[in-house]
Amino acid sequence: MDVAKLQRQHVDLTHALFKEGFLDDQFTQLQQLQDSTNPDFVAEVVALFFEDTDRLLSELTRALEQDPVDYKKVDAYVHQFKGSSSSIGAHRVKVVCITFRTCCDEGNRQGCWQALQQVKHEFILIKSRLEVLLQLEQQILAAGGEIPFME
Amino acid sequence: MARTNYSRTLETNLQNASQHSSHAPGTPEIHVLAVDDSIIDRKVIERLLKTSFYKVTSVDSALRALEVLGIEDGHSPSTANNFEVNMIITDYCMPEMTGYDLLKKVKENAGLKEIPVVIMSSENVPTRIERCLEEGAKEFIIKPVQLEDVKRLGEHIMNAMNKNSGVACSKRKLELEDCQSRKSANRRPHIRGLRVIA
Repeated sequence: MDVAKLQRQHVDLTHALFKEGFLDDQFTQLQQLQDSTNPDFVAEVVALFFEDTDRLLSELTRALEQDPVDYKKVDAYVHQFKGSSSSIGAHRVKVVCITFRTCCDEGNRQGCWQALQQVKHEFILIKSRLEVLLQLEQQILAAGGEIPFME
Repeated sequence: MARTNYSRTLETNLQNASQHSSHAPGTPEIHVLAVDDSIIDRKVIERLLKTSFYKVTSVDSALRALEVLGIEDGHSPSTANNFEVNMIITDYCMPEMTGYDLLKKVKENAGLKEIPVVIMSSENVPTRIERCLEEGAKEFIIKPVQLEDVKRLGEHIMNAMNKNSGVACSKRKLELEDCQSRKSANRRPHIRGLRVIA
């Protein structure tokens, strides 16, 4: 596969992800921490994020199904999720988490359910995009090229 | 005693630095203990710290941190800090025991109180920040932690080490490994004790 073409795709995708608010500067920070001694750093952090999010989404669903809802518990999970999405630069997920926490503060069950659906949706979006991005990186490296970094 | 430990470590490691460390020769061996209940944050903070410091131990709770520091229940203060921790960086919000509680325990212990402690939090709560600084935290960093923050932490460690070893620090600078990060044109705003978001 043409390395230059793959690199072009990578640049375009990264640019779009930032422009559309899927990723923020924190993701760039993570990319800058990747080097020859830590070549899989970003992929590893992303993998941990995916796993941890699956866990949190299950817990959140379960917590909101309880009657009555323990909003402190729900808020604690959302707080964790907000933290991890912030640490990885998953900007849109983080923004929904902020709204989610407000609903928890208000004891707004309906609001919480909606926020949960929204955050699940945003997670699906960022997950598929990151998977494509990371796959492109693997292909670039396999073809002997270097991963272009955003400046 | 902590004084002897630090000065001996500093001397020995300066001699051995070029053998063991991938860092610049003359760089003392630094051991940082990172405490965070988030697996993602632990991974990131570990990597960030390793760009500047030789050894990083990361644990997922304050209780585990106390074990590493040797002051879990039943241990006498004289066995404290057998792992020669030079700095503790801890998340504030953790279940069971907060970073603030950990800070207090460290400062209450004769063998550990000189270790610089840095608190991290995703929440910018002025009263919380004040409390931590009053209790003796060297810095309070708003998450997400960035490379710039970590590069600044070396100062606190060098101050503590030099204080304990009695070595003049004016000419000795901690060699911080340069990372891929480009040098930012503008320095991020920083107030000692508090990382300010621009």
